[in-house]
Amino acid sequence: MQTFTQRLANPTQFMGLSARLLPWVAGLAAAIIAYGLYLAFFVAPPDYLQGEIARIMFVHVPSAWIAMAGYALIAVSAFGLLVFRHPLADVAAKAAAPIGAAFTFLALFTGSLWGKPAWGTYWVWDARLTSVLILFFLYLGLIALRSSIDDETLASKLTAILALVGIVMLPIIKFSVDWGNTLHQPSSVLKLSGPTIHSSILTPLLVMGAGFLVLFVAMHLKAMRNEILRRRVKALQLAEVARAASQVVAPAE
Amino acid sequence: MLLIAENLVLSRGGRTVIDGLSLRLSNGEALLLTGANGTGKTTLLRALAGFLPPAVGEIRIENENDDRELGELCHFVGHLDGIKPHLTAVENLAFWAAYLDGDSSGNGGDRLACALNKFGLAALADVPAGYLSAGQKRRLALSRLAAAHRPLWLLDEPTASLDAASVTLLIDAVNAHRADGGLVIAATHLPLAFENAKEVRLGPKEKAA
Amino acid sequence: MSGFFTLVGRDLRLAVRQGGALGTALGFYLVVVAMLPLGLGADLKLLSRIAPGVLWIALLLSALLSLGRVFESDYEDGSLDVLATGPLPLELVAAAKALAHWISTSVPLALLAPVLGILLNLELVAYPALVATMLIGTPAVSFLGAIGAALTLTARRGGLLIALLVLPLYVPTLIFGIAAISAMLGPDDVAPPLLILTAISLGAIVLGPLAAAAALRTQMQ
Repeated sequence: MQTFTQRLANPTQFMGLSARLLPWVAGLAAAIIAYGLYLAFFVAPPDYLQGEIARIMFVHVPSAWIAMAGYALIAVSAFGLLVFRHPLADVAAKAAAPIGAAFTFLALFTGSLWGKPAWGTYWVWDARLTSVLILFFLYLGLIALRSSIDDETLASKLTAILALVGIVMLPIIKFSVDWGNTLHQPSSVLKLSGPTIHSSILTPLLVMGAGFLVLFVAMHLKAMRNEILRRRVKALQLAEVARAASQVVAPAE
Repeated sequence: MLLIAENLVLSRGGRTVIDGLSLRLSNGEALLLTGANGTGKTTLLRALAGFLPPAVGEIRIENENDDRELGELCHFVGHLDGIKPHLTAVENLAFWAAYLDGDSSGNGGDRLACALNKFGLAALADVPAGYLSAGQKRRLALSRLAAAHRPLWLLDEPTASLDAASVTLLIDAVNAHRADGGLVIAATHLPLAFENAKEVRLGPKEKAA
Repeated sequence: MSGFFTLVGRDLRLAVRQGGALGTALGFYLVVVAMLPLGLGADLKLLSRIAPGVLWIALLLSALLSLGRVFESDYEDGSLDVLATGPLPLELVAAAKALAHWISTSVPLALLAPVLGILLNLELVAYPALVATMLIGTPAVSFLGAIGAALTLTARRGGLLIALLVLPLYVPTLIFGIAAISAMLGPDDVAPPLLILTAISLGAIVLGPLAAAAALRTQMQ
């Protein structure tokens, strides 16, 4: 009797399961985000300082959460590839990188849009924004490294090593950015919120967070399916070449 | 000592290069790996040197009073010579001898001179290696074999760019090493006159030695 | 361990014989620093205020320039294979090569920094602080850089890629390097940033060889 993870490890089983799951996950994501947007626009009160503009946080903050969760997923997959040689680990890592990078970009972009009315400028070297920017660089590094190595097995292992280095360095980078920030501009940073967030804001935020998470899962499942299909096509093409080569040689013998 | 490879499956870049090969080599024996290009001679040597873990099967060494790993018991002379053009011939060799033996005492002068002499490089000892011809560089790479003692020699196309006289020097060195109880595995597509060497012909169907 | 120092010694000797690499790095450092006043205008007050940051950033870029060669020449001429059959684990091979890079490139760059400080009107009192923080912080530059050098060994566009992979990892070193200089010159307590900078370097000395060796091993198969 195989365990659930063992069954998931088998790409064929994964394809079957994910095909059945995907429409439900995607639908769920749409429903939760729709409900979250309703809460964000019609239930949450406008910010008493910033007014309506503060509602951008309901996209900005969940994006940043997913950006971090995506990198964590890549690091776990990298570990799974290097240590357990899990057959789907590299597919998961490769599929997650561009999606994670997109959410990171979304966090930066919405942060910048929000910055204009809040801070009077599109970019402030605020500790959180800076950390997210560096996270974006780490994503870019993963994607760039993978794309510049032709051998796929090699690319997957090297990218996995880089992802693990990144996850070790991330807390240190975050810590140093926080330190540098408090050192240089102790009080110029506008606090996004007080020490506690009122539930009328927290609830839509959490709902949107859940919605983005399920959306990420749906996109990731789809990307993993695409990657598996791409690898199958490649394997078929290679088999075709090998067969053609053997047929050419055979009559000559 | 005894080198045993059982049921080896080696793959590179997702392609299975060697499928189910077994080898057995004991003291004083030599093995020639032959076969067309792309049949996995280099891959097999790299696996034996410990660079490439086998997908299936195992490579092990049975050796009393020595539990070092395969990589530390072998000399690997690959396609590339591992020679720095900015160091003289003897400096190149001295570095490898000291590094491979893990000994930096530097009192191996005689051994180095002797090793260079064996491969006809005595006169070139103090010439920067960058000035050496391809064949001379090859001989310098091979002189590593004599400069540091390792029981297993893995040679990849050792005669590439060597003239007939140099090939004789190599064969003498191999014979001396085997008489000493050493093991030699060489990949080659040219006939190599090792005395009663085993041969494994790599290709679509491998045969066990 | 003697194999370790044999290898460090060989790399240093090669660096001296080849000569060019260090000269190029120092020259690059000089040119980058000299370009800044030309771009920013020769406001001496501004220059002296930003000098520590400029000197640190230009040092990171100059060190990066030479990092690509750390494993490349040994990989290309087959030496890496022979190194791997030695008594040293590959982690220590990577550490030895990173150490040789630190001695042959990072230290000379750090020692050149005060000279370039003159160009930026850096106050004299800042010189010891500048060199001290650079000497303490640059091991991280060489050892983390070794990761990038090892990862991009067989990659296309190796040189540019190293910068993209490694520069984000230098952020903590940069921030605490600058913080330590400001603390030495200002009223703040020097110990915390200097200790953290030391910790980052020590961590890099562990992490760098581990990751670099894993990357090398993968590419040697």
